[in-house]
Amino acid sequence: MRFAFTDDQLAFRDAVRELLERECTPAHVRAAWTNDTGRVPGLWDQLTQMGIVGMLVPEARGGMGMSMADLVLLLEETGRTALPDPIVETAALGAALVDHAGQTLAAGHELVPWADTADVIVTAEGRFDRARAELVPRDSVDGARRVFEVRGTPEPLDAAILRAAFVRGVIGTAAQQCGLAQRMLDMTAAYAKERRQFGVPIGSFQAVKHHLANARIALEFARPLVYRAAVTLDPVHASMAKSKADDAALVTARAALQCHGAIGYTTEYDLHLYMKRAWALARSMGDGQLHRDRVAGAVLEPRSMPA
Amino acid sequence: MDLSFSPTEEAFRAESRAWLEANVPRPPLPSGDTRAGFTAHLAWERALFDARYAVVSWPTEFGGRDASLWEWLIFEEEYYRAGAPQRVTQNGIFLLAPTIFEFGTPEQQARILPRMASGEQTWCQGWSEPNAGSDLAGIASKAVRDDAAGGWRLSGQKTWTTRGAFCTHLFGLFRSDPAAERHHGLTYFLVDLASPGVTVRGVERLDGDEGFAEVFLDDVFVADADVLGEPNQGWAVAMATTGSERGLTLRSPGRFLATAQRVIDLYHERGDDPRLRDRLIAAYIDAEAYRWQTFWTVTRLAEGLSAGAESSMVKVFWSELDVRLHELALELLGEHAELLDDAAGAWMKGYEFSLAGPIYAGTNEIQRNVIAERVLGLPRK
Repeated sequence: MRFAFTDDQLAFRDAVRELLERECTPAHVRAAWTNDTGRVPGLWDQLTQMGIVGMLVPEARGGMGMSMADLVLLLEETGRTALPDPIVETAALGAALVDHAGQTLAAGHELVPWADTADVIVTAEGRFDRARAELVPRDSVDGARRVFEVRGTPEPLDAAILRAAFVRGVIGTAAQQCGLAQRMLDMTAAYAKERRQFGVPIGSFQAVKHHLANARIALEFARPLVYRAAVTLDPVHASMAKSKADDAALVTARAALQCHGAIGYTTEYDLHLYMKRAWALARSMGDGQLHRDRVAGAVLEPRSMPA
Repeated sequence: MDLSFSPTEEAFRAESRAWLEANVPRPPLPSGDTRAGFTAHLAWERALFDARYAVVSWPTEFGGRDASLWEWLIFEEEYYRAGAPQRVTQNGIFLLAPTIFEFGTPEQQARILPRMASGEQTWCQGWSEPNAGSDLAGIASKAVRDDAAGGWRLSGQKTWTTRGAFCTHLFGLFRSDPAAERHHGLTYFLVDLASPGVTVRGVERLDGDEGFAEVFLDDVFVADADVLGEPNQGWAVAMATTGSERGLTLRSPGRFLATAQRVIDLYHERGDDPRLRDRLIAAYIDAEAYRWQTFWTVTRLAEGLSAGAESSMVKVFWSELDVRLHELALELLGEHAELLDDAAGAWMKGYEFSLAGPIYAGTNEIQRNVIAERVLGLPRK
């Protein structure tokens, strides 16, 4: 047993963190709320050049042929910075569904985020070429997450391939939730050290400490489930990971808003960029209830294992 | 990443499982927090010791098998899976022993550890006092130097001492420098409870067992050989012990995985009440989360890194999970939950015990302060 990342995996994570801290700042995410594309101009190309976008695609199709365990920390970074791109959909979920590593893939159930940017769209119904799909834009609470309803006639996909793709999407989304939780926790801890009321930093008050301790605990016990699932790719492990990672992100979002007070309730302050992403992701790729049902299917009704 | 156990580890698991299945007492022993139950448990501890399962992670010379942390975790999983008895020696083998390995002299290790492992000597904690609970640095019990006799004379009162009425020895902190305050001037002593001047009074706990005790010390002599660590440096020594108490050594994941499985069995026995299904699965996932968080931590420990204030997160998590699991069991039992006179009584007793978890080893309120201050860096004041 060695449940830890390798030095190479951590170095790759550090490189991605450095890129995104520079190129996907709150100002960049904020700009994506209002610019034409809803994305950070040029960033997708940089991520592609670093090999992240096609990381799991076999080398024969132009990718790096690496594993979800290699990718999961990088997806966590894309969550931490609320990257407005279909990175989980393309790099994790779509790795076996794209024709070659250069394609962008969008995926979803009733709503498909960033469908307008994609070459290929995948839903539970099957696979669409974007040019042949009708996209109906909808307005997400997260303005940097452009979502669409997709209409048209898809090509059917092999159910086993689709299930495996969904598992990778679930794990990737769970990783992003961990990154978002970390971001909101860091922002709030920093704020609680600075902000003074009654002559002292508000972070010295036990009520504030306990909110943030609860958030930190939730993250501490979500992450290992996400990393475990990234190694095993077991659908039940993925469901445990998503359920706990959603909880961590939502608990942290609540604590972060409460501890910030009114400043956190403004759109001028950056917290909402991350909080709203967490809200959206908590119901994306299956919500906690769906995933707990899947775990229940395996644990309580072992003869009817979930697909 | 390598998430598998080695063939050696799997063989150890199989061997442990087979031995436990053949040897775990049936029916279960009476509570070890009663005098009769404690004696029965000591016989079980002796059987564990003779089979070299009492302290698997200790060096062979002290009664262990030099097992790795991984093997220790595997043994714990198998121990609770088998429904084996509570460890009445736990405060010695899991809390004091790691501290003796770190701070004890070779003479202390050779004298104390084998007797602790066999159950010949049983250890209880002397931390809390009537006016020092969560605020442990408020300790007032005194140690006065007796140079002529080569030791110290202890006076004062310790309280909430688990199994203090049955144990042979006590470890605890006493104020050895009256001029020093708070965390300074404390010394960590190892006290034979048969010494003249010791009076122990059992106290009935919430669950009706005489599991608590008050320990009164009146000019009790303790030789220099029974000071653990340096005089007046007791706080640092005690922090090593409380780290073990909050962290994984006292309450490893195997315990909660086994409880979760027993609640699942109860759920089926009681007809799969759909109203409780989601909460049951959420608790089951939490038990799994604790297991994998532990594997994550143990990988770090195995590579020489330390756990530190993370142990406070672990303590909050397992103690609150344990309460949730027992609450679920009581809800599944419905009207029968209150009964103590049938098999269901074990769940009510277990519930009562789980409620102690968020209080002992530093209340969860204190743990959350520690997490906020030492993990997140929030200001103390």
